[in-house]
Amino acid sequence: MVKKIKSLNLNFGPQHPAAHGVLRLILELDGEVVEKADPHIGLLHRGTEKLIEQKTYTQALPYFDRLDYVAPMNQEHAFALAAEKLLKIEVPIRAKYIRVIFCEIGRILSHILNVTTQALDVGALTPSLWGFEERETLMTFYERASGSRLHANYFRTGGVHQDIPLKLVDDIEKFCKSFPKIIDDLEGLLTDNRIFKQRNVEIGIVSKQEALDHSFSGVMLRGSGVPWDLRRSQPYEIYKDLDFKIPVGKNGDCYDRYLCRIEEMRESVKIILQCIENLPKGPIKSIDGKISPPNRDDLKQSMEALIHHFKLFTEGYRVPKGDVYTSVEAPKGEFGVYLISDGSNKPYRCKIRAPGFSHLQAMDYLIRGHMLADVPAILGSLDIVFGEVDR
Amino acid sequence: MTESLKKLENVINSELASKVLNSFIKNNELTIEISETDLAQVVQFFKSNEKIKFRQLIDIAGVDYPDEEKRFKLIYLFLSHENNYRIKLSINFPPKQVIDSITKIFPSANWMEREVFDMYGIKFKNHPDLRRILTDYGFKGHPLRKDFPLTGFNEVRYSEKDKKVIYEPVKLEQNYRNFDFESPWEGTNYIKEIKKKENDGKKN
Repeated sequence: MVKKIKSLNLNFGPQHPAAHGVLRLILELDGEVVEKADPHIGLLHRGTEKLIEQKTYTQALPYFDRLDYVAPMNQEHAFALAAEKLLKIEVPIRAKYIRVIFCEIGRILSHILNVTTQALDVGALTPSLWGFEERETLMTFYERASGSRLHANYFRTGGVHQDIPLKLVDDIEKFCKSFPKIIDDLEGLLTDNRIFKQRNVEIGIVSKQEALDHSFSGVMLRGSGVPWDLRRSQPYEIYKDLDFKIPVGKNGDCYDRYLCRIEEMRESVKIILQCIENLPKGPIKSIDGKISPPNRDDLKQSMEALIHHFKLFTEGYRVPKGDVYTSVEAPKGEFGVYLISDGSNKPYRCKIRAPGFSHLQAMDYLIRGHMLADVPAILGSLDIVFGEVDR
Repeated sequence: MTESLKKLENVINSELASKVLNSFIKNNELTIEISETDLAQVVQFFKSNEKIKFRQLIDIAGVDYPDEEKRFKLIYLFLSHENNYRIKLSINFPPKQVIDSITKIFPSANWMEREVFDMYGIKFKNHPDLRRILTDYGFKGHPLRKDFPLTGFNEVRYSEKDKKVIYEPVKLEQNYRNFDFESPWEGTNYIKEIKKKENDGKKN
């Protein structure tokens, strides 16, 4: 007689420390082996796309900070690029350098968080304590440039909001000199750590073909051996003048993705140092008065400047009719903005392509056949942030 | 970049001649318009054709044009890693039209189609699991349609009396005000500049 065993359903989250936010995962278990996973998302859905349709382009920008809130400026970048492409305006060279510096800082911010919390999920507490100290330093850089640690609202269509203080450049440089040592320390704790390897090596393997089919991008794609990085293959801003390497994994498992992230941090440090070395002088936002608000001095003296200031902050600027898709290599993968303008001062439609959405979608396929204990390890290596998945 | 796109446009136009309704390059991006009935075939062609190799589906974006007869528009964004270019595939169709699902061709279309269904109420044929995805359990309506109010219909709060979370119709202290600042202002057309232009014209 064969005894029929009913599989066990387990509800993981939405309030679980290893769920990286508000993920509700319904797992179907056969003993300790996961047979099916059904992620329920949307618990952090705020209707960003709907809200953006009601706001002017300037007002829409801060919503992008709130998507992937561990690397806010990378998201702003995609939107700024989209609006610039429709408006066909050029960004001054200094603004491009500043943007790249802060995008790479965002990449380091995000990767520190991910690498250390992944370690935390598999049982190592120390890396997160060390890593978060560095994150705090980086966020003070954000604060000194934009005025806030997290929701920067710093990039603008046509440039950045304000110039960075002189001393900030020196401090970022000092940080870049000392940070590789911290990465070495983190690596010393994790890379050859037996427990860390046992939990990550050959877990959640993604083959090249599957990575493509599941719309993976960023580290998830590179970890599986596809040498694809938008900074290299479809360069924007000044990336084509910069010298950096693109780390590519071999096996496509959680461990390779971890290694890729560590190497990317080192490359980001190199990029920042190159930018600081060559940082040119000049304006930091477009000089087109139709797009960029006038500076304070003009505001006190010129009537026209005053009118423009008023009009730009009430009506905003109008963007020519059309639709564009722009994407940037955000820390988590390809972050894209598909923007449709109807010629008015508000976007008609703004579709946000978040990398985490596709990655989380593949959870079911990644987890099948793995043990329950591997769920946090795989989830950790996917680099999920619910702000961008739920939008 | 533009040249490779033009080449691509020619290839697609010659291979899919009868199916392409319109194709154009604008802002350095190639858009192909097709009929919604040809969707699955064209997507399959994009993925499997050896010349163009669109092996990755980037996103599906829905758009709502409430005043038009063909109210909805779906835009499929594809990326080819090998050839390093992107394409936009767009279909236009009236409400209640059921669209073929492309989950068989691209597994990642699963959630993207669910999102479109959730936000616009567009149904997909042969989709394995067409449920709502981003909105609340038991949500009614399709929020990204232009006729859906920004404030929604229901709000949620914890009721001290019932000791549980309850749903109530939205009550606002002040109605949502959509300030329309649009005016004939066209930016910085300085009077000086206009005068200068007039003068220049006279000189010529």
